[in-house]
Amino acid sequence: MKQRNTYIGKILFSVSSLATGLKTTLNEFFTRKVTEQYPENRKTQKISERHRARLYMPLDENGNNKCIACGLCANNCPNGTITIKTKMVTDPETGKSKKMLDEYTYDLGCCMFCQLCVNVCPKDAIAFNNDFENAVFDRKKLIIKLNK
Amino acid sequence: MFSFNNITTAIDEFLNSVLPAQGALIVECVLVALCAVLAYVTLAIVMIFMERKVCAAFQCRLGPMRVGYWGLLQVFADVFKMLIKEIISINRSDRVLYNLAPYLVVMSSVLTFSCLPFASGLQVLDFNIGVFFIMAASSFGVLGILLAGWSSNNKYSMIGAVRSGAQMISYELSIGLCILVVVILSGTMQISELVDMQRSGWFIFRGHIPAFIAFIIYLIAGNAETNRAPFDLPEAESELTAGFHTEYSGMHFGFFYVAEFMNLFIVAGIASTLFLGGWAPLYITGLDAFNNIMDYIPGIVWFLGKTFFVIWLLMWVRWTFPRMRIDHVVSLEWKYLIPIGLVNLLIMTLCVVMGWTF
Ligand code: SF4
Ligand code: SF4
Repeated sequence: MKQRNTYIGKILFSVSSLATGLKTTLNEFFTRKVTEQYPENRKTQKISERHRARLYMPLDENGNNKCIACGLCANNCPNGTITIKTKMVTDPETGKSKKMLDEYTYDLGCCMFCQLCVNVCPKDAIAFNNDFENAVFDRKKLIIKLNK
Repeated sequence: MFSFNNITTAIDEFLNSVLPAQGALIVECVLVALCAVLAYVTLAIVMIFMERKVCAAFQCRLGPMRVGYWGLLQVFADVFKMLIKEIISINRSDRVLYNLAPYLVVMSSVLTFSCLPFASGLQVLDFNIGVFFIMAASSFGVLGILLAGWSSNNKYSMIGAVRSGAQMISYELSIGLCILVVVILSGTMQISELVDMQRSGWFIFRGHIPAFIAFIIYLIAGNAETNRAPFDLPEAESELTAGFHTEYSGMHFGFFYVAEFMNLFIVAGIASTLFLGGWAPLYITGLDAFNNIMDYIPGIVWFLGKTFFVIWLLMWVRWTFPRMRIDHVVSLEWKYLIPIGLVNLLIMTLCVVMGWTF
């Protein structure tokens, strides 16, 4: 800009740029404030859908989880948060034995919420929910069994 | 119109009737000092609260909400915390000056504060060179800041104090020029007369363009005088920890803090007295009904309303702009504000001589 080099031009330019800044903050002054007053607004607060608070296993209509105990989630977890115990179950009709999930343990205290486990799961058997009030007095309580 | 003169005269007569003249004078002095200090502290508390809320609003937050309803008791909690803190003494510091400095700063701001006309007759000092006295009294606060920096035996404090000195002495010039504009327009330096003259129209309207420019320059220079952002180089917490009051703790720090806030109030108060009519209500010629309603609002409400509006303007600036570099601060003053102020003074003189004012 050419006029920015002259004395008057400099003054005009800086006044207009200062005015832009002032306008921005003035808008901010009147917008709705973002502060959440947490314990008081517990009933009305809205947590983003994508918030990763805690791992859980969504159930299908029959009340079964969709996990096939492939172990991908446990292998991909960088923190070793997930431990999977399996059992062999023999199908009474075909007589074939099949690997089934026995116990799915998730250590909330170890998790860094990277969501790799959810992304890697071939059956969408696990997901994150919004249940964020996880403070407990004993670390042992953070080790959660996810399947029923 | 209602005037506080009636009340003060009544108190004066009553005291003179029960006490000898000397005694009455002493009692009056004590009463006035008490009232002034009480008002000073109350306003400081209001302003600290306001600063927190306004700052929060500009940053899209709510500010303090927990202590008391709507955070109203937050400031009292802060003051209490500050009072129970230890006042530490620094090794190899200049003990006397170190302890004296905060009082100098507070004294200068209380002196200036007592000149502000809160309402008709509600003013401690009112004499024919009032404006001049305000400038003189407000400018020795910088002495306290320089002493604080020098006596704390700390390089950050020293740098902060020197910056503060350079900045305040520079910007005092601009303030002087802006005040001169008003003095030329009104032809008086007495504060009560200045306000009285504005009852027929505020100076910012009567002096139109030059008065408006002077008002803007005064706000910029006043902001620099109070060491607030974007002119907070003397404190510059990112580079100087806290500048001149790095080494102060407890209530000594509290004095600096309160004085800084009250200087803001004083700058805004002077701006509203000189340009926005002080306690004089807003009159619009021709609208008599409107003027009558305006008359019912007491002067002190007008004064405080205008002053807090100017404070809000200054806070708006403070929470918008980042800190300036020292060479920019100095060049803004010497290369821009002073030349503009001088030309502005010339324009105002011309306007007055040619009778182009209202
Ligand atoms: S979110 Fe990351 S750390 Fe947590 S369980 Fe899944 S893979 Fe492991
Ligand atoms: S949760 Fe998904 S990835 Fe993990 S074992 Fe079950 S099916 Fe495999």
